[in-house]
Amino acid sequence: MREDWLMLIAELKSRFTSMVEEVRIPGEYSTDVPIFYVKKEGILDVLQYLKTVSGSGYEFLSDITATDEMGGEEKTHRFEVVYQLFSHQRKSRIRVKVRVKENEEVPTAVHLWNAANWAEREVWDMFGIRFSGHPNMRRILMDSRWKGHPLRKDYPLRGYQIFPTPEEPDPKLLE
Amino acid sequence: MGKDGAPSYFTTRLEEFVNWGRKNALWPLPFGTSCCGIEMMASLCSDYDMSRFGAEVVRFSPRQSDLLIVAGIIVSKMAPVLRTVYDQMGDPKWVMSFGACASSGGIFNVYSVVQGIDTILPVDVYVPGCPPAPEGVIHALMRLQERVAKGETYSQRREVAARHQKSLG
Amino acid sequence: MQPDLEKENKTGNNRPLGDSDDLWDDSSVIVNIGPTHPAMHGALRMVAKINGETIEKSYCEFGYTHRAKEKLGENRTFHQFVVYTDRLNYCSALINNVTYAMAVEKLMGIDIPPRCTWIRMMCCEMARVIDHLICIGINAVDLGAFSYFLYGFHQREEAYTLIEKLCGARLTTSYTRIGGLFADAPVGWEKEVKAWIIKTRSVIDEMDRLLTTNKIWCDRTRGVAVFDQAMCMKYSYSGPNARAAGIDLDLRRDQPCMFYKDVEFDVPIAKDGDVYSRYMIRLEEIRQSLNILSQCADKIAPGPIWSEDKRVRIPEKSVVFNTMEGLIHHFKFFMAGFDVPSGEVYTTFEAANGELGFYIVSKGAPRAHRMRIRGPSVYHFQGVGPMVQGEKIADAVAALGSINIIAGELDR
Repeated sequence: MREDWLMLIAELKSRFTSMVEEVRIPGEYSTDVPIFYVKKEGILDVLQYLKTVSGSGYEFLSDITATDEMGGEEKTHRFEVVYQLFSHQRKSRIRVKVRVKENEEVPTAVHLWNAANWAEREVWDMFGIRFSGHPNMRRILMDSRWKGHPLRKDYPLRGYQIFPTPEEPDPKLLE
Repeated sequence: MGKDGAPSYFTTRLEEFVNWGRKNALWPLPFGTSCCGIEMMASLCSDYDMSRFGAEVVRFSPRQSDLLIVAGIIVSKMAPVLRTVYDQMGDPKWVMSFGACASSGGIFNVYSVVQGIDTILPVDVYVPGCPPAPEGVIHALMRLQERVAKGETYSQRREVAARHQKSLG
Repeated sequence: MQPDLEKENKTGNNRPLGDSDDLWDDSSVIVNIGPTHPAMHGALRMVAKINGETIEKSYCEFGYTHRAKEKLGENRTFHQFVVYTDRLNYCSALINNVTYAMAVEKLMGIDIPPRCTWIRMMCCEMARVIDHLICIGINAVDLGAFSYFLYGFHQREEAYTLIEKLCGARLTTSYTRIGGLFADAPVGWEKEVKAWIIKTRSVIDEMDRLLTTNKIWCDRTRGVAVFDQAMCMKYSYSGPNARAAGIDLDLRRDQPCMFYKDVEFDVPIAKDGDVYSRYMIRLEEIRQSLNILSQCADKIAPGPIWSEDKRVRIPEKSVVFNTMEGLIHHFKFFMAGFDVPSGEVYTTFEAANGELGFYIVSKGAPRAHRMRIRGPSVYHFQGVGPMVQGEKIADAVAALGSINIIAGELDR
């Protein structure tokens, strides 16, 4: 497993020299699988490579989520968008992360996996990170009239919002 | 009917007779959203069988039912839907708040959760538990039947008040 | 009516022709189903544009039971959060408990004793059986076979009795603790489980005979709502729904945790990816889970259920009630929680619906920095739109029932 990971890391580093910012390997850092920090300009290429080109075939998108690093020691960014990938052949996982500032957009991965659609919408809903090129960037868990993004660290746990009428179906989405 | 089978009769007030009929034919609308919905299914199912209390005719249309069982969490996105369903039910109507989430928000005191459905509609009977055991549901149903028989529910009081208002002109 | 239809096609409008039985070619209607519709399993909503009976396009919405569990994960200590994991997939709460405990233990590097692992495995398999029972039961109810559901539900009640003996609760169990269990299994519990297995096997056979070859059932489910292997990969399907389309992956076998290496079981695979295969996969998985359960019941041996790690060991009640130090320790332990070393972990387990994952980022505090829950239902529900496109509106009900959407883990 470890040799596999080291090979993959070397491969990615040589191929995407300028895009891979940092690699965290289990053993040196407290994590279960290697983490690749990628610049947001290169995220699609890296994901595409991991999905198809590389021999590994991390073809299964487990999850897309984000973390809010507000008030952390690193002041360069606020959010980290996290992609969890899984390889059906190797039965191994890796994690790819993108660091973004507030109001920055990340390119969407919908064209690689349809599953990314709702996951990215949820990230937008909960954290307010937009994905450029996303076909339908609207709220998913919260009401469309909701103000703010609940999973941000500065959103209060009890910030209730009540609406008097139900959400209407939107015929535009059916065209 | 007498013990020997001969026809006989007893007298009662019309209101009591109507309430007796009402209490034994509660048609529930199961508004099950989450975990409590599963326990509500259990109480309607083979082992507990709520039909013994005349409440087996589950109707999913608010027009056809008179007991709204709110089983599970009501969040701010769902609250207007619940209110609409309640408004669509014909009088007299009763509401059972099933489980801690519906009654008070339970362990979820967070941004999205309505802290008790009694903030949006009148509730006649609460069932505690997270989720309540089917025994609790049956107990609540029997309590509700008692109150219906006495005419003590919100809906019946509204009815009486309206009649009173009318007689005053 | 027909000439119109041809004319429209000649004009280059490449809209699907729609229902061949339908006299009116242009009778598109927008139908809103849910969020309070019996076929929508609690709180889902589907808006479909239908032409006659055929769904031309649809979109799904959810979030009607969003309880902010991820936010609560950042505001509750690691022990307090066990309670919230119950309410994810409430049909199989024990699996969520176990997966969450596994995730935190992995982050802290805690090993748990064998008896604890065996009990956890038994819990998982029992939860899987009752989850599948309810899924296939409800799917059958949606298509009109009510008595089938009652067979399964009685067996579920029996299982609840066993779970009640373990932890005192029926549905929301909160059975695991970080580094151990709430309590040991009562004496003779394994024997009762074995008796339950024998009974359940016969009930499953009975259910199989009742429905599997039933003509109405087959007509309603075979070839309906097909989701093939390529689509499953695109939409990140996992668990029984992916296996029904021929994806040979079971995290219990391929990413072994606990003692799944030491028990024998098969992973059923189907090829068609329709409602019928999903039903058959679940039925077969119940049998396999019962096999695992009976092997576990044989192998389980008396022993401790708590890890000896001082950080997470809940103090014994006799010490708490009789010594001052013990009481202080107990108070500090539950009020302040324990520090989890900083780091991150994404632990997955084959839950009843598919890949259940907990992505926990800790910054060395008693509360998580980020608690992400990957519920399989989110990804399954996303596939409903393309799955029912071109199907009849009544088949959408069958499709939705067959992929087992649980609102708790969908909205979290």
